[in-house]
Amino acid sequence: MGKYRVVHYLNQFFAQIGGEEEVNIPPVIKEGVIGPGRVLQQALGEEWEIVATVICGDSYFAENIEEASAKVVELVSSYQPDVFVAGPAFNAGRYGVACGASCSAVGKKLGIPVVTGMYKENPGLDIYRKEVYITPTSNSARRMKDDIPAVASLLRKLGLGQEIGSPQEEGYFPRGLRVNRFVDRTGAERAVNMLLLKLKGEPFQTEYSMPTFERISPSSPLGDLSSATIALVTSGGIVPRGNPDRIESASASKFAGYDIAGLDALTPAAYETVHGGYDPVYANEDPDRVLPLDAMRALEKDGTIGKLYDRYYVTVGNATSVANSERFGKAIAAELKSAGVGGVILTST
Amino acid sequence: MKEIDRAGLPVVHVAAIVPISLTVGANRIVPAVAIPHPLGNPALPKDEERQLRLNLVKKALQALQVEVEEQTVFEE
Repeated sequence: MGKYRVVHYLNQFFAQIGGEEEVNIPPVIKEGVIGPGRVLQQALGEEWEIVATVICGDSYFAENIEEASAKVVELVSSYQPDVFVAGPAFNAGRYGVACGASCSAVGKKLGIPVVTGMYKENPGLDIYRKEVYITPTSNSARRMKDDIPAVASLLRKLGLGQEIGSPQEEGYFPRGLRVNRFVDRTGAERAVNMLLLKLKGEPFQTEYSMPTFERISPSSPLGDLSSATIALVTSGGIVPRGNPDRIESASASKFAGYDIAGLDALTPAAYETVHGGYDPVYANEDPDRVLPLDAMRALEKDGTIGKLYDRYYVTVGNATSVANSERFGKAIAAELKSAGVGGVILTST
Repeated sequence: MKEIDRAGLPVVHVAAIVPISLTVGANRIVPAVAIPHPLGNPALPKDEERQLRLNLVKKALQALQVEVEEQTVFEE
């Protein structure tokens, strides 16, 4: 029986083509093992063979993710591998994105197992962890020899079609998947046991870890309210009827801004909620209950505030990823700032 | 919201679930009425409901004018 065929992805640096001066080269493929591939080949063992190595400049990839991914898929497919592996990327950001994107594309298009490795703060991790098995590495290539065996062992297991255990058991970054399984004790018993361990100060393992959120120092307060422009933003999914921008009712991938100049209130005939995470009856009866346009307009008319900003911004905050939310927030903040808005009321259901 | 704050624009979170608002890191928080109607109460007559909403919005605007050092929940 022949060996299992492996194709490996490297950037220009690890492929020993060049450093920063070669970051713009488009993907190419070379026969055989290159650079870190030798360590990987050793870790994989004799039944596996790295038949080819794809090389691409980090900047080229990061600036042309779609084209670069498509090209990588095309190059990889010509070698008909059983598995595909990228990096590891350690803490190199563009390389991490390239490793994640090429794994994701090859996995989807060619339907073969893919693995890469990264440092926990590599920005490529959060973008691709849901689609790709990513093993943790140190933050520098000096530890290559220590980091590669984990990549190799997961790759072998996947390639052989063996069952993959939990992230803790196998040593890869959690992919955010929930798996149903039968256990001896009920959730209530397990929860009480965890609580008892916690009270005793003993270690315990949660079954559903909560994300941790970064803290921001508070902005300086608004000066004179009566001359300020105030904007409304909501995560409550209030949109013009028919949801013209097709904001998703859960896991939103976008936000939208809508003109409210001259409107005194939100009528149920013209506005509705598309949020899929709460009972929409009350919001649909009177959308001002979520986005208080009527109250803001009244306060604008009586001079309490200088002006209500002419647009409001909306998304659906329902299982929406932190990454997406940050992206929306940055874009909204930039628009509000350039419009001279002085303060923001953000409502959440 | 944090990105708006980070950009230097004061922002107040009128939030139905204050613990979530605290967890995600809002700095100025005004507790809202309920999840499906954060700034309303369908059990009230229309006039009273409008007044309730006006009061909440005024409170939110006040919160924007207060200097805060850390996460602050503006209760009654």
